[in-house]
Amino acid sequence: MPEFSTTQLEAVQNLLTQYPEGRQKSAILPLLHMAQQTFGGYLSVDTMNYVATLLGMQPVEVYEVATFYTMFHLTPVGTYVLEVCRTGPCALAGAEDTLERIESVLGIKDGETTPDGMFTLKTVECLASCGSAPVIQVGERYVEQVTPDRVPALIDQLRAGGCP
Amino acid sequence: MSQSILLAGVARDASHSVVPLDRYEAIGGYQAWRHALSHCTPDDVIQAVKDSGLRGRGGAGFPTGTKWGFLDRRTDKPRYLVCNADESEPGTFKDRYLMEKVPHRLLEGVMVSAYALGVHTAYIYIRGELMWLKHQLDKAIAEATHAGYLGDRILGSDYSLRVVVHPGGGAYICGEESALLESLEGKRGNPRQKPPFPAVSGLYGCPTVINNVESLASVPWIVLNGGAAYRQLGVGNSTGTKLISASGHINRPGVYEVVMGLSVQEFIESDDYCGGVRKGRSLKAVIPGGSSVPVLPAHLALRTAAGEPRLLTYESLADGGFVSGSMLGSGGFIVMDDTTCMVRNTWNFSRFYHHESCGQCSPCREGTGWLERVLHRLEHGHGTPDDIDLLVDITKKIEGNTICTFGDAASWPVASAVRHFRGEFEYHAYHPDRVASRHHPIVTERTVV
Repeated sequence: MPEFSTTQLEAVQNLLTQYPEGRQKSAILPLLHMAQQTFGGYLSVDTMNYVATLLGMQPVEVYEVATFYTMFHLTPVGTYVLEVCRTGPCALAGAEDTLERIESVLGIKDGETTPDGMFTLKTVECLASCGSAPVIQVGERYVEQVTPDRVPALIDQLRAGGCP
Repeated sequence: MSQSILLAGVARDASHSVVPLDRYEAIGGYQAWRHALSHCTPDDVIQAVKDSGLRGRGGAGFPTGTKWGFLDRRTDKPRYLVCNADESEPGTFKDRYLMEKVPHRLLEGVMVSAYALGVHTAYIYIRGELMWLKHQLDKAIAEATHAGYLGDRILGSDYSLRVVVHPGGGAYICGEESALLESLEGKRGNPRQKPPFPAVSGLYGCPTVINNVESLASVPWIVLNGGAAYRQLGVGNSTGTKLISASGHINRPGVYEVVMGLSVQEFIESDDYCGGVRKGRSLKAVIPGGSSVPVLPAHLALRTAAGEPRLLTYESLADGGFVSGSMLGSGGFIVMDDTTCMVRNTWNFSRFYHHESCGQCSPCREGTGWLERVLHRLEHGHGTPDDIDLLVDITKKIEGNTICTFGDAASWPVASAVRHFRGEFEYHAYHPDRVASRHHPIVTERTVV
């Protein structure tokens, strides 16, 4: 069973005070973000069950929510999840070429993880970065204007543990 | 004609610099908040916003003061203000820019508006992908609290307010206000049946006002300068300034604050704004208000069907209805040059809507899938001539038949693309072998009879 640290549990208590008495279910999205970041980058059934106990909810209620929102990964992912925007403005700016370049550099397709467990590639819809397209989200960061020629250096940098 | 209300103090060049609290105060920040608390009753603030003619900047354009007027004040229940910062409409990145550059302007807007509405807890629902902006807003809230602008008995008054930033989890539909409330309550983001409207039964069943980031950020200037001064900017019922986020095939993509009434032509061509179509190519089409509004071919983007210059106002962009007009929407201004395949572009957006449909209403859940599949086969060389009318038929079966306006938003881009670019769709349908590759030629004229 996954478990938050004491400091994290204090943060959870603080989070719960942001919502009215009896409305602690409101904290589920921030809590799922926290759980995903803490427990391996994805939400296992055990992790979701743990969140359910923290919020006094039925596990199935947590599954319902977790499966609705696209930011939650329900299967294991690599160290870095490359989320490539492919919607309209990014497509106009060449996102399809960028995606193809990533696929060829990493040798994986959309939805797959590299055998070394380093990268997961995922296409996503509009990230509100249309003025600096094409954009890739890596963790909490946006890497913007990622033209295909910038892809190899970005991958190398991430592989070396650097921030984009 | 330039006037900075929302982006005052923002340096255009520095790409990631934020206006800190001390600089925000130095350029007049939090003066409106001080003024409201010491000189205005809540009704004074509401009246100023009504007088200003400010209309909701999220896309619908509903008058903000009128929306505030609907708030049920007869109950003993707490009232809530929720700021919709779930900006997810393709082509729209203005709220993100505003929060990134001047987070305190949004906070001041939330404070003044919350005071007017008798609200003591306000939530800012920000899309989860913008987590670093959530952290930045949390920091700005801590600064504002430390400076005495937030908390208990603010600036010596009897008024107390708490502002909470709440992250979403990645769902376009949560920008729809009742879906946002469901999400904020910890549920799936399924839009609610209305009535009851949020003003009567919103967050936790309490009276709630939901306003867009840009709308709220406009309020401090209005309170400080008066509704009449705001109304003097703009044209007719399109008052004040509007943030336009420009993307696509232009030389200077970015967020621009324009006084309502600027012509589309000047916005595209001027070096103060888009700086013209990239690489000297010619303009093919514009989506003026985010991906959900009808696409316009170049001639109708620049001029109305009656030959009047098209202006960046609610009325001018809607001139001609859906036959020859569009909508100002969110101000997500997407420009396409003559290298753009309209079928591919429409397919791209239909995939977005299929992906983002919450699945609650079958016309939308099934219809968006149909649209995507039919457009996919047309674009990839497997379509037939019947597919074009099939597309139009599907849009008619979705539009108006769903709980929220998502169904309409998914239909309009397709219906308008077929209306204005039918020749290009026919080329795909009649010459499937020539369009199988992504880099197929762009043929816009009718080539078959």
